[in-house]
Amino acid sequence: MEIVIALVAGLLLAVVVAVISAPLRDAGRPMSDGEQTQEASQQSREDGYEHAELEAARETKYREIRDAELDLRTGKLSHEDYEAIDSGLRGEALEILDRLEALDGRSGASSEHDKAKPELEG
Amino acid sequence: MADLGRICLPLALLICVYGIGASIYGVRSGRIEFSDSGRRAVYALAIVLSVAFAVLEIAFLRNDFAFNTVADTSSRTTPTFYRAAAVWSSQEGSLLLWAWLLSLWSSLALFLVRRRMRDIAAYATAILLGFGAFFISLMIFYASPFSTTNPAPAEGVGLDPLLRFPTMMIHPPMLYSGYTLCTIPLAFGMGALLARRVDADWIKAIRRFAFAAWLFLGIGILLGARWSYAELGWGGYWGWDAVENASLMPWLTGTAFLHSLMIQEKRGMLKVWNVSLVLATGTLAIMGTFLVRSGILNSIHAFGGATLGVPFVALIGVLIAGSIYLVVLRREMLRSQHRLDSLLSREAIFLGNNIVLVALCFVIFWGTYFPLISEAFTGTEASVGPPWFDRYTVPLALLLVLLSGIGPVIAWRRATFANARRNFAAPLLSALVTLIVLLAAGVAHKTLAIAMFCCAAFVLGSIGQEFFRGTRARRAMAGEPLPLALVALVRRNRRRYGGYVVHLGIAVLFVGVAASSSFQHAVEQRLSVGSSTHVGKYTVRYVRPTATITPKNDAVHTGSTLNVGAVLDVSKGGRHVATLRPSEGFYDSGEPAQGTVGHLIGGQAVSHISMSAGVTRDVWTAIAPDISTPALQRIITIGNRTLPADQGVVALAVLAREYLKNPPAAQFHFIVSPLVMWIWIGGLIVLGGGLIAIWPTPSAVRRRVTMRSRARAAHGLARA
Repeated sequence: MEIVIALVAGLLLAVVVAVISAPLRDAGRPMSDGEQTQEASQQSREDGYEHAELEAARETKYREIRDAELDLRTGKLSHEDYEAIDSGLRGEALEILDRLEALDGRSGASSEHDKAKPELEG
Repeated sequence: MADLGRICLPLALLICVYGIGASIYGVRSGRIEFSDSGRRAVYALAIVLSVAFAVLEIAFLRNDFAFNTVADTSSRTTPTFYRAAAVWSSQEGSLLLWAWLLSLWSSLALFLVRRRMRDIAAYATAILLGFGAFFISLMIFYASPFSTTNPAPAEGVGLDPLLRFPTMMIHPPMLYSGYTLCTIPLAFGMGALLARRVDADWIKAIRRFAFAAWLFLGIGILLGARWSYAELGWGGYWGWDAVENASLMPWLTGTAFLHSLMIQEKRGMLKVWNVSLVLATGTLAIMGTFLVRSGILNSIHAFGGATLGVPFVALIGVLIAGSIYLVVLRREMLRSQHRLDSLLSREAIFLGNNIVLVALCFVIFWGTYFPLISEAFTGTEASVGPPWFDRYTVPLALLLVLLSGIGPVIAWRRATFANARRNFAAPLLSALVTLIVLLAAGVAHKTLAIAMFCCAAFVLGSIGQEFFRGTRARRAMAGEPLPLALVALVRRNRRRYGGYVVHLGIAVLFVGVAASSSFQHAVEQRLSVGSSTHVGKYTVRYVRPTATITPKNDAVHTGSTLNVGAVLDVSKGGRHVATLRPSEGFYDSGEPAQGTVGHLIGGQAVSHISMSAGVTRDVWTAIAPDISTPALQRIITIGNRTLPADQGVVALAVLAREYLKNPPAAQFHFIVSPLVMWIWIGGLIVLGGGLIAIWPTPSAVRRRVTMRSRARAAHGLARA
């Protein structure tokens, strides 16, 4: 029984080490231009954060536009209020799209972002 | 086997320590591979704790009484289902369950955000592993689930009879899932503050986990209330017990957070408020866990043995101090981007709703913790009972229900008075009709109940109106038949309409609470066989006694040795309504000093209530039979004197026969409560609404929208 427990414990330890160390084993270390690559990857990460931020903001804005339309159709907003709110929201949505396009241009990954599929509820 | 468990715990602690270090190093140095390794440490922790949990579970199922926790909470006569669930009935097992669930939910959360928010996720990983390290350390140094005794006892003590109820066994995993899920938004909240990113992406990531925590906590609370009502012998579902309150508080702040999160999402407002709420919810969840292990409670919820109050107080202190420090440090980036456009807006209503929820939480916090703290310092037992809680929570609950009906009919950003007048007409009419009907029914003296019914009618009116108008709008747009239009409407607006269903469920639940509290009839009476009593409009007659010795191989055997009860006939207006069979189970005390027969029934006596549940009312009853009569006691005394140790059950058979032949009068507790079932129905509606709101969008409806969306947005502007 002790042998079985020792084997199981050993297997468990091996699995733990394998799981935890996988990213460390996969990471390639840059050679001569290490600093430059680190800066570039830092910039890329910053761009990634901003892109994710803008995508989340875009989804929210689309949802707000739909909510406003539903509020109009269910009688919670007058037409005047709806027009004012809707144009404001669409202007904000365009700003976000502009910033996304600028970011895509800067990161040079426009073809990938064209294929991006932001979530829209429903 | 215990050795394997004992190896798992320090290995798990090492994983936590490594993961914390790797995550922090990774995020500070920008070396993603270390952040990823830290995240994978959480997965590894889940694997190791799963093995540890499996070891303990197998020990329970195999009746391995060498494990102290198995010997203390299980026995060979405990049915398999209860044996499997007895794992978390002890301090040690429940700590393991907590840590295991934390590792599982953390793994899921971090897996889902593995490609996003790397800096926030890295800090969150470190914080979640910190919690893991805390609980694992408690197990290693204070309360190990794998401590053993050699030689192992031949038999265990058995599971507490009060816990031998199916709902009770599911209640802890649900509650602990809620508590552990509360730590995830807390960890991501702290991570967002540390990483200086408290914007849209963070909200999107934690919203689902905050919702899941809210759902699981709610289910756990409801299951606990159901257990209290259907199992304990007092006939109530909520007693403002300290532990009940401790689970309700994070649920209230979690509810507030889910609402105000929408405001931050749409308007960039309430950032300080939201971050504070999410930190408070996680801290309150830890405090709820602390309460049952602090040693300051004497309750069915409290774990005996080693008290863990000091380590928990230290952790709570660190959480509170750390939260305040972070919020103050980052106050500049938490400034609101906008202000409220109008007081007549959904944002304003949500803000009001938040204030009411936090006020409720504060009242309950004060009523729960102040007496405990006072008692801890002064040594004098202080108590704050249900009347105190009712005095302050009922008006706030009324306001909450009312606001939950107003919010849906008000637009975001601003609404006009003309629109508001039109939108409030149907809900107000609904409330007015309800008021008239109730006054006509002659219940004017029950003002609070009437107020709650009217508020609930208002909510039903406003929610019904929303569904009606939304479906009508959908049909006008898409030309779909009515059922399809309704489904499409909900499917395309899950958050909104799921939320409406939740509001509906809350209103229904409060109707049940108000009716059962205000219009209840309760009678306590001593009855002899053949006699009867009146409870409200019902007549209850004691038909005959029952007395059985429970066979040990009974599939649903709860461990009782003797069950004594009654058959009751319930009628109304001369018409038979129900037959009730309450009983009391007597359990083995395990104390040989009580005698061969005495110990068999000398343990805890547990009431098994009987109830006729219906849509309009429940008829509930409990019995306290009298087995202390001279005739019955003589049987026990003679049995103790004459019977060998393993023949005590013979005397119990004689006792049971004597009880049936000459039954003494028994004490009964009868309750007729209107509309109790609507509490559980309301809870199910809340659950359904929550699932609708949280359900992920099918990938089939995701569209390529970059250029098309720009065109739509621009088209809209041109049209304006």
